[in-house]
Amino acid sequence: MIFDLHGFGPALLAGTWMTIKLALASLVVGLILGLLGALAKTSPYRALRWLGDAYSTLVRGVPELLWVLLIYYGSVGTVQAFGEMIGQPELELSPFAAGVLALGLCFGSYATEVFRGALLSIPRGQREAGLALGLSRKRILWQLVLPQMWRVALPGLGNLYMILMKDTALVSVIGLNEVMRQTQIAVTASKQPFTFFMVAAIIYLSLTVLSMLALQWFERRANRGFSRSRA
Amino acid sequence: MNWELIWKYLPKLGEGAWLTLELVGIAVVVGLVLAIPLGLARTSRHWYVQAVPYSYIFFFRGTPLLLQLFLVYYGLAQFDAIRQGPLWPYLRDPYWCALIAMTMHTSAYIAEIIRGAIQSVPTGEVEAARALGMSRLQTVWHIVLPRAARIGLPAYSNEVILMLKASSLASTVTLLELTGMARTIIARTYMPVEIFFAAGLFYLVMTFILVQIFRLLERWLRVDMLQGR
Repeated sequence: MIFDLHGFGPALLAGTWMTIKLALASLVVGLILGLLGALAKTSPYRALRWLGDAYSTLVRGVPELLWVLLIYYGSVGTVQAFGEMIGQPELELSPFAAGVLALGLCFGSYATEVFRGALLSIPRGQREAGLALGLSRKRILWQLVLPQMWRVALPGLGNLYMILMKDTALVSVIGLNEVMRQTQIAVTASKQPFTFFMVAAIIYLSLTVLSMLALQWFERRANRGFSRSRA
Repeated sequence: MNWELIWKYLPKLGEGAWLTLELVGIAVVVGLVLAIPLGLARTSRHWYVQAVPYSYIFFFRGTPLLLQLFLVYYGLAQFDAIRQGPLWPYLRDPYWCALIAMTMHTSAYIAEIIRGAIQSVPTGEVEAARALGMSRLQTVWHIVLPRAARIGLPAYSNEVILMLKASSLASTVTLLELTGMARTIIARTYMPVEIFFAAGLFYLVMTFILVQIFRLLERWLRVDMLQGR
């Protein structure tokens, strides 16, 4: 090891694992929200379209850090009231849960646009063909539209995931023990801020590179049987 | 919702919003100036010209801004040479540290935008300029960069809005910009929902105004038959 980590190696490793868990959990929440948002935006009902528009405009216009803080500190009253209702007055939102909610919310607001673009790229005729074959609307969505849309949406989602990965650092502000916070603890103890923040930078860079490789694999898999157009 | 409280602290939040705008304004303008040589170097055919901007961009795009901010604000203090150097009064100040980190961060992103824009300038136009006897420098200055500016403007406006939101991180190094101001007020009033809501509104309004400004700028820079130039 090039750096003397003062025995903080395991703590940083645990932080890395926490960062990965946070990123993946937020990804799942964000994908669900994004898909719902896109379906709402392309829905025939005006109220749903309005809801989808409001979601993506409002969430995208406010900083991620503010969402993290708002959900963590702002939910205390609501969650307590809810806890008292179900007979558990001690109930509170953990930093992890708040982080997943906030990052998922932000990811979802951008993913809404990506999914919407992908939804529109499926030719209308295919949906009509599904209807003509007597498929239910649910089956058309699940077995016809979604599997094809995935391929178009992947590159956009990949970019969003890279942003999400780095936004996980924000959750350190509300005290979740991920890489950033573990690094700050190590810095306080060792008085070597530059060394430890550089180590954290290397951890983030490795996570970015790993995610890029994973994305390439997914894209290659999704593009089986398609020829790629070159610019 | 306690509207009276929001109303009472509106001027304070406005002060914070002003600092936010100042930070973002300086970062995206200086970042643009830094990014032009970086982006130009990225389009070079020689690997040794590309290497430095490539690593710079890789580092600043691959790590969180929060980390870069801490690296500048806390990290540099580790070196005695810096602490005794002439720049220490600036590097000790959270304002300058936030500016340095934000500027370097955004310049990496803008450099990529510029590279993309330069590469999408049609080759024929560059060849035409050369055929007319322009030197390579003249071609870059009179043809490539003005064309790239128009192509890259929408992406640049996105980056400015992303920076507006990213500037909230400056609150973590004790700066009282919009988010920092909101957190200070909350520490005094214990009313997180109201104050964060008000701060969120400020961000929304600022985003909206920026989008409109860029829309005007785009129209103003447009060169086509509709304008009759």
